[in-house]
Amino acid sequence: MSEIKKSKYMNPYLAGVLLGIVVLAANYISGRSVGASGAIKSAIVASVETVAPKHAETALFYKEYSQGHTGNPLNNWLVYQMIGVLVGGFLSGVISKRLTWKVEHNPRIKSRTRLWFALGGGILFGLGSQFGRGCTSGSALSGMAVLSLGGFISMMAIFGTAFALAYFFRKLWI
Amino acid sequence: MGPLVVYEVISQNTNLLLAFFIGIGFGFVLEQAGFSSSRKLAGVFYGYDTVVLKVFFTGAVTAMIGLLFFSLFGWIDLSYVYVNETYLTSSILGGVIMGAGFIMGGFCPGTSFCGAAIGKIDAMIFIVGLFIGVFIFGEGYPLWEEIYKAAYMGTPRISEFFGISEGLIALLVIIAALLMFWGGEWAEKKFPREEY
Repeated sequence: MSEIKKSKYMNPYLAGVLLGIVVLAANYISGRSVGASGAIKSAIVASVETVAPKHAETALFYKEYSQGHTGNPLNNWLVYQMIGVLVGGFLSGVISKRLTWKVEHNPRIKSRTRLWFALGGGILFGLGSQFGRGCTSGSALSGMAVLSLGGFISMMAIFGTAFALAYFFRKLWI
Repeated sequence: MGPLVVYEVISQNTNLLLAFFIGIGFGFVLEQAGFSSSRKLAGVFYGYDTVVLKVFFTGAVTAMIGLLFFSLFGWIDLSYVYVNETYLTSSILGGVIMGAGFIMGGFCPGTSFCGAAIGKIDAMIFIVGLFIGVFIFGEGYPLWEEIYKAAYMGTPRISEFFGISEGLIALLVIIAALLMFWGGEWAEKKFPREEY
Protein backbone atom coordinates (compact mmCIF):
# COMPACT_ATOMS: atom_id res chain seq x y z
CA MET A 1 0.00 0.00 0.00
CA SER A 2 2.96 2.32 -0.56
CA GLU A 3 1.05 4.28 -3.25
CA ILE A 4 -0.98 6.10 -0.54
CA LYS A 5 -0.06 9.75 -0.89
CA LYS A 6 1.15 11.70 2.08
CA SER A 7 1.63 15.41 2.75
CA LYS A 8 5.08 16.60 3.69
CA TYR A 9 5.40 17.17 7.38
CA MET A 10 8.41 17.14 9.64
CA ASN A 11 9.65 13.75 10.78
CA PRO A 12 7.49 13.10 13.90
CA TYR A 13 10.39 12.01 16.10
CA LEU A 14 12.40 15.11 15.18
CA ALA A 15 9.30 17.25 15.86
CA GLY A 16 8.93 15.46 19.19
CA VAL A 17 12.52 16.25 20.20
CA LEU A 18 11.99 19.92 19.26
CA LEU A 19 8.71 19.95 21.22
CA GLY A 20 10.58 18.52 24.21
CA ILE A 21 13.19 21.27 23.90
CA VAL A 22 10.42 23.91 23.92
CA VAL A 23 8.97 22.37 27.11
CA LEU A 24 12.45 22.15 28.65
CA ALA A 25 13.16 25.80 27.77
CA ALA A 26 9.85 26.89 29.30
CA ASN A 27 10.68 25.08 32.54
CA TYR A 28 14.25 26.41 32.61
CA ILE A 29 13.24 30.00 31.90
CA SER A 30 9.89 30.30 33.65
CA GLY A 31 9.67 27.29 35.95
CA ARG A 32 6.48 26.23 34.23
CA SER A 33 5.44 24.83 30.94
CA VAL A 34 3.16 25.23 27.97
CA GLY A 35 -0.62 25.24 28.22
CA ALA A 36 -3.59 26.30 26.19
CA SER A 37 -6.82 26.07 28.18
CA GLY A 38 -5.51 28.38 30.92
CA ALA A 39 -5.32 31.23 28.42
CA ILE A 40 -8.96 30.67 27.46
CA LYS A 41 -9.93 30.75 31.13
CA SER A 42 -8.11 34.10 31.50
CA ALA A 43 -9.95 35.45 28.47
CA ILE A 44 -13.33 34.32 29.84
CA VAL A 45 -12.63 35.86 33.27
CA ALA A 46 -11.51 39.12 31.64
CA SER A 47 -14.62 39.21 29.43
CA VAL A 48 -17.03 38.59 32.28
CA GLU A 49 -15.26 41.19 34.45
CA THR A 50 -15.70 43.73 31.64
CA VAL A 51 -19.22 42.87 30.46
CA ALA A 52 -20.80 41.99 33.81
CA PRO A 53 -18.57 43.33 36.62
CA LYS A 54 -21.29 42.79 39.27
CA HIS A 55 -21.66 39.17 38.29
CA ALA A 56 -17.87 38.69 38.35
CA GLU A 57 -17.78 40.02 41.91
CA THR A 58 -20.43 37.66 43.21
CA ALA A 59 -20.09 34.45 41.19
CA LEU A 60 -17.76 32.00 42.90
CA PHE A 61 -15.66 30.95 39.86
CA TYR A 62 -14.57 34.51 39.06
CA LYS A 63 -14.15 35.39 42.74
CA GLU A 64 -11.79 32.45 43.25
CA TYR A 65 -9.83 33.44 40.15
CA SER A 66 -9.31 37.03 41.30
CA GLN A 67 -8.29 35.81 44.78
CA GLY A 68 -5.52 33.76 43.20
CA HIS A 69 -4.37 36.37 40.67
CA THR A 70 -3.51 40.07 40.66
CA GLY A 71 -3.90 42.58 37.86
CA ASN A 72 -5.54 42.13 34.51
CA PRO A 73 -6.32 38.46 33.81
CA LEU A 74 -5.04 38.94 30.25
CA ASN A 75 -1.59 40.05 31.47
CA ASN A 76 -0.74 36.41 31.98
CA TRP A 77 2.08 34.05 30.95
CA LEU A 78 -0.23 31.61 29.19
CA VAL A 79 -2.02 34.37 27.28
CA TYR A 80 1.25 35.69 25.81
CA GLN A 81 2.31 32.15 25.11
CA MET A 82 -0.92 31.37 23.22
CA ILE A 83 -0.55 34.54 21.12
CA GLY A 84 2.88 33.15 20.28
CA VAL A 85 1.30 29.81 19.29
CA LEU A 86 -0.88 31.62 16.75
CA VAL A 87 2.16 33.45 15.36
CA GLY A 88 4.32 30.31 15.33
CA GLY A 89 1.62 28.20 13.67
CA PHE A 90 1.09 30.93 11.07
CA LEU A 91 4.83 31.21 10.32
CA SER A 92 5.05 27.44 9.90
CA GLY A 93 2.06 27.55 7.54
CA VAL A 94 3.73 30.30 5.49
CA ILE A 95 7.02 28.42 5.24
CA SER A 96 5.37 25.12 4.32
CA LYS A 97 2.74 26.77 2.07
CA ARG A 98 -0.23 25.47 4.03
CA LEU A 99 -2.24 28.68 4.44
CA THR A 100 -5.73 28.12 3.11
CA TRP A 101 -9.32 28.69 4.26
CA LYS A 102 -10.67 25.22 4.60
CA VAL A 103 -13.09 23.02 6.52
CA GLU A 104 -11.10 19.84 6.69
CA HIS A 105 -13.44 16.88 6.73
CA ASN A 106 -13.92 13.35 5.57
CA PRO A 107 -15.58 13.47 2.10
CA ARG A 108 -18.18 10.99 3.38
CA ILE A 109 -19.66 13.59 5.73
CA LYS A 110 -20.93 17.10 5.02
CA SER A 111 -18.80 20.03 6.07
CA ARG A 112 -21.72 21.22 8.21
CA THR A 113 -21.64 17.91 10.12
CA ARG A 114 -17.91 18.37 10.68
CA LEU A 115 -18.47 21.86 12.05
CA TRP A 116 -21.26 20.80 14.43
CA PHE A 117 -19.04 18.07 15.85
CA ALA A 118 -16.12 20.50 16.04
CA LEU A 119 -18.32 22.85 18.08
CA GLY A 120 -19.55 20.05 20.34
CA GLY A 121 -16.04 18.67 20.77
CA GLY A 122 -14.75 22.12 21.61
CA ILE A 123 -17.44 22.64 24.25
CA LEU A 124 -16.63 19.30 25.87
CA PHE A 125 -12.88 19.91 25.72
CA GLY A 126 -13.32 23.38 27.24
CA LEU A 127 -15.48 22.01 30.05
CA GLY A 128 -13.20 19.02 30.66
CA SER A 129 -10.06 21.15 30.72
CA GLN A 130 -11.45 23.03 33.72
CA PHE A 131 -12.18 19.84 35.66
CA GLY A 132 -8.75 18.53 34.64
CA ARG A 133 -7.02 21.82 35.59
CA GLY A 134 -5.34 21.82 32.20
CA CYS A 135 -5.63 20.17 28.82
CA THR A 136 -3.42 17.93 26.72
CA SER A 137 -0.69 20.59 26.82
CA GLY A 138 -0.89 22.02 30.31
CA SER A 139 -1.83 18.91 32.24
CA ALA A 140 -0.75 15.88 30.22
CA LEU A 141 2.39 16.99 28.30
CA SER A 142 3.74 19.48 30.83
CA GLY A 143 2.76 17.23 33.72
CA MET A 144 4.49 14.18 32.29
CA ALA A 145 7.67 16.19 31.70
CA VAL A 146 7.92 16.91 35.44
CA LEU A 147 6.75 13.35 36.31
CA SER A 148 3.55 14.70 37.86
CA LEU A 149 1.09 11.99 38.90
CA GLY A 150 -1.78 14.22 37.75
CA GLY A 151 -0.16 14.57 34.33
CA PHE A 152 -0.05 10.81 33.82
CA ILE A 153 -3.65 10.42 35.03
CA SER A 154 -4.84 13.15 32.63
CA MET A 155 -2.96 11.62 29.73
CA MET A 156 -4.41 8.17 30.34
CA ALA A 157 -7.96 9.46 30.88
CA ILE A 158 -7.91 11.63 27.72
CA PHE A 159 -6.39 9.08 25.35
CA GLY A 160 -8.14 6.11 26.97
CA THR A 161 -11.57 7.71 26.59
CA ALA A 162 -10.92 8.81 23.02
CA PHE A 163 -9.83 5.26 22.13
CA ALA A 164 -12.85 3.78 23.89
CA LEU A 165 -15.25 6.07 21.99
CA ALA A 166 -13.43 5.91 18.61
CA TYR A 167 -15.69 3.16 17.30
CA PHE A 168 -18.84 5.25 17.81
CA PHE A 169 -17.47 8.27 15.95
CA ARG A 170 -15.68 6.36 13.19
CA LYS A 171 -17.93 7.78 10.44
CA LEU A 172 -16.47 11.21 11.14
CA TRP A 173 -12.93 10.12 10.36
CA ILE A 174 -12.69 6.93 8.30
CA MET B 1 20.64 28.42 38.02
CA GLY B 2 17.13 27.95 36.73
CA PRO B 3 14.26 28.54 36.66
CA LEU B 4 15.63 31.91 35.55
CA VAL B 5 12.61 33.89 36.71
CA VAL B 6 12.63 32.33 40.18
CA TYR B 7 16.33 33.16 40.64
CA GLU B 8 15.63 36.68 39.33
CA VAL B 9 18.06 36.30 36.44
CA ILE B 10 15.25 37.75 34.34
CA SER B 11 12.44 40.12 35.36
CA GLN B 12 8.72 39.34 35.37
CA ASN B 13 8.23 41.41 32.22
CA THR B 14 11.04 39.61 30.42
CA ASN B 15 9.40 36.37 31.51
CA LEU B 16 6.15 37.41 29.80
CA LEU B 17 8.02 38.41 26.66
CA LEU B 18 9.81 35.06 26.60
CA ALA B 19 6.42 33.34 27.04
CA PHE B 20 5.52 34.82 23.66
CA PHE B 21 8.67 33.35 22.07
CA ILE B 22 8.14 29.98 23.77
CA GLY B 23 4.63 30.05 22.28
CA ILE B 24 6.06 30.74 18.82
CA GLY B 25 8.31 27.70 19.18
CA PHE B 26 5.41 25.59 20.47
CA GLY B 27 3.04 26.63 17.67
CA PHE B 28 5.71 26.28 14.99
CA VAL B 29 6.67 22.76 16.02
CA LEU B 30 3.04 21.61 16.36
CA GLU B 31 2.17 22.92 12.90
CA GLN B 32 5.32 21.45 11.31
CA ALA B 33 4.41 18.08 12.81
CA GLY B 34 0.95 18.23 11.20
CA PHE B 35 -1.03 18.99 14.39
CA SER B 36 -2.97 21.67 12.49
CA SER B 37 -4.89 18.85 10.82
CA SER B 38 -7.76 17.12 12.65
CA ARG B 39 -7.45 14.24 10.21
CA LYS B 40 -3.89 13.57 11.36
CA LEU B 41 -4.76 14.04 15.04
CA ALA B 42 -7.75 11.68 14.97
CA GLY B 43 -5.65 9.15 13.02
CA VAL B 44 -4.08 7.80 16.18
CA PHE B 45 -7.46 6.45 17.33
CA TYR B 46 -7.91 4.45 14.11
CA GLY B 47 -4.28 3.58 13.44
CA TYR B 48 -3.92 5.24 10.02
CA ASP B 49 -1.72 8.06 11.36
CA THR B 50 -0.01 7.88 14.74
CA VAL B 51 1.83 11.19 14.58
CA VAL B 52 0.16 12.28 17.85
CA LEU B 53 1.60 9.34 19.72
CA LYS B 54 5.10 9.81 18.27
CA VAL B 55 5.36 13.57 18.73
CA PHE B 56 3.61 13.68 22.10
CA PHE B 57 5.65 10.92 23.73
CA THR B 58 8.96 11.91 22.13
CA GLY B 59 8.30 15.43 23.43
CA ALA B 60 7.40 14.29 26.94
CA VAL B 61 10.40 11.93 27.13
CA THR B 62 12.83 14.57 25.78
CA ALA B 63 11.64 17.18 28.27
CA MET B 64 11.65 14.67 31.13
CA ILE B 65 15.21 13.48 30.44
CA GLY B 66 16.34 17.07 29.85
CA LEU B 67 14.95 18.22 33.20
CA LEU B 68 16.53 15.29 35.06
CA PHE B 69 19.95 16.01 33.52
CA PHE B 70 19.61 19.77 34.07
CA SER B 71 18.89 18.97 37.71
CA LEU B 72 21.82 16.55 37.92
CA PHE B 73 24.19 19.18 36.51
CA GLY B 74 22.84 21.76 38.97
CA TRP B 75 21.42 23.97 36.23
CA ILE B 76 17.86 23.90 37.51
CA ASP B 77 16.25 23.56 40.93
CA LEU B 78 13.35 21.19 40.31
CA SER B 79 11.73 22.15 43.61
CA TYR B 80 10.88 25.53 42.01
CA VAL B 81 9.43 23.98 38.88
CA TYR B 82 5.64 23.97 38.80
CA VAL B 83 4.07 20.55 39.31
CA ASN B 84 0.32 20.48 38.75
CA GLU B 85 -1.88 19.57 41.66
CA THR B 86 -3.53 16.19 41.64
CA TYR B 87 -7.24 16.08 42.46
CA LEU B 88 -7.98 12.47 41.60
CA THR B 89 -11.75 12.72 40.94
CA SER B 90 -11.78 15.82 38.78
CA SER B 91 -8.59 14.79 37.02
CA ILE B 92 -10.21 11.57 35.81
CA LEU B 93 -13.59 13.20 35.15
CA GLY B 94 -11.94 16.05 33.23
CA GLY B 95 -9.82 13.62 31.22
CA VAL B 96 -12.88 11.56 30.27
CA ILE B 97 -14.80 14.66 29.12
CA MET B 98 -11.73 15.89 27.21
CA GLY B 99 -11.28 12.48 25.55
CA ALA B 100 -14.88 12.62 24.30
CA GLY B 101 -14.25 16.15 23.02
CA PHE B 102 -11.08 14.97 21.30
CA ILE B 103 -12.73 12.18 19.28
CA MET B 104 -15.71 14.40 18.37
CA GLY B 105 -13.82 17.58 17.59
CA GLY B 106 -10.54 16.19 16.28
CA PHE B 107 -8.50 18.81 18.11
CA CYS B 108 -7.24 19.66 21.55
CA PRO B 109 -6.99 23.32 22.62
CA GLY B 110 -3.33 23.90 21.64
CA THR B 111 -3.65 22.18 18.27
CA SER B 112 -6.90 24.00 17.44
CA PHE B 113 -5.02 27.32 17.71
CA CYS B 114 -2.43 25.93 15.27
CA GLY B 115 -5.15 24.87 12.85
CA ALA B 116 -6.87 28.25 13.16
CA ALA B 117 -3.53 30.00 12.49
CA ILE B 118 -3.33 28.45 9.02
CA GLY B 119 -7.00 29.01 8.18
CA LYS B 120 -8.76 25.81 9.24
CA ILE B 121 -12.38 26.82 9.81
CA ASP B 122 -13.18 23.63 11.73
CA ALA B 123 -10.40 24.61 14.16
CA MET B 124 -11.89 28.08 14.61
CA ILE B 125 -15.31 26.60 15.39
CA PHE B 126 -13.64 24.24 17.87
CA ILE B 127 -12.12 27.29 19.61
CA VAL B 128 -15.57 28.90 19.81
CA GLY B 129 -16.66 25.68 21.51
CA LEU B 130 -13.74 25.88 23.95
CA PHE B 131 -14.82 29.34 25.08
CA ILE B 132 -18.42 28.15 25.52
CA GLY B 133 -17.22 25.13 27.49
CA VAL B 134 -15.05 27.15 29.88
CA PHE B 135 -17.89 29.66 30.31
CA ILE B 136 -20.35 26.86 31.15
CA PHE B 137 -17.89 25.56 33.74
CA GLY B 138 -17.57 29.03 35.26
CA GLU B 139 -21.30 29.71 35.41
CA GLY B 140 -22.14 26.26 36.75
CA TYR B 141 -19.19 26.22 39.16
CA PRO B 142 -21.23 26.08 42.41
CA LEU B 143 -22.89 22.89 41.12
CA TRP B 144 -19.62 21.00 40.73
CA GLU B 145 -17.30 22.77 43.13
CA GLU B 146 -17.43 19.80 45.49
CA ILE B 147 -16.42 17.29 42.78
CA TYR B 148 -13.79 19.74 41.52
CA LYS B 149 -12.08 19.86 44.91
CA ALA B 150 -12.56 16.22 45.95
CA ALA B 151 -9.77 13.69 46.57
CA TYR B 152 -6.92 16.21 46.80
CA MET B 153 -3.56 14.47 46.80
CA GLY B 154 -1.15 17.42 46.80
CA THR B 155 1.47 17.70 44.06
CA PRO B 156 3.02 14.23 44.00
CA ARG B 157 5.53 13.21 41.36
CA ILE B 158 4.86 9.72 40.07
CA SER B 159 8.23 8.62 41.48
CA GLU B 160 7.24 9.74 45.00
CA PHE B 161 3.82 8.12 44.67
CA PHE B 162 5.29 4.71 43.84
CA GLY B 163 8.35 5.21 46.02
CA ILE B 164 10.88 4.51 43.29
CA SER B 165 13.65 6.71 41.92
CA GLU B 166 13.05 9.32 39.23
CA GLY B 167 15.66 7.68 37.01
CA LEU B 168 13.90 4.32 37.11
CA ILE B 169 10.52 5.92 36.35
CA ALA B 170 12.13 7.76 33.44
CA LEU B 171 13.55 4.50 32.11
CA LEU B 172 10.13 2.82 32.35
CA VAL B 173 8.49 5.74 30.54
CA ILE B 174 11.12 5.52 27.79
CA ILE B 175 10.55 1.78 27.39
CA ALA B 176 6.77 2.32 27.28
CA ALA B 177 7.24 5.05 24.67
CA LEU B 178 9.45 2.83 22.48
CA LEU B 179 6.86 0.04 22.62
CA MET B 180 4.15 2.49 21.61
CA PHE B 181 6.27 3.81 18.72
CA TRP B 182 6.72 0.27 17.51
CA GLY B 183 2.95 -0.29 17.78
CA GLY B 184 2.30 2.99 15.97
CA GLU B 185 4.57 2.13 13.05
CA TRP B 186 2.89 -1.27 12.80
CA ALA B 187 -0.62 0.25 12.87
CA GLU B 188 0.16 2.76 10.12
CA LYS B 189 1.15 -0.10 7.80
CA LYS B 190 -1.85 -2.18 8.83
CA PHE B 191 -4.59 0.51 8.54
CA PRO B 192 -3.56 2.94 5.78
CA ARG B 193 -6.11 5.51 4.57
CA GLU B 194 -6.18 7.89 1.65
CA GLU B 195 -5.77 11.56 2.57
CA TYR B 196 -8.57 14.06 2.07
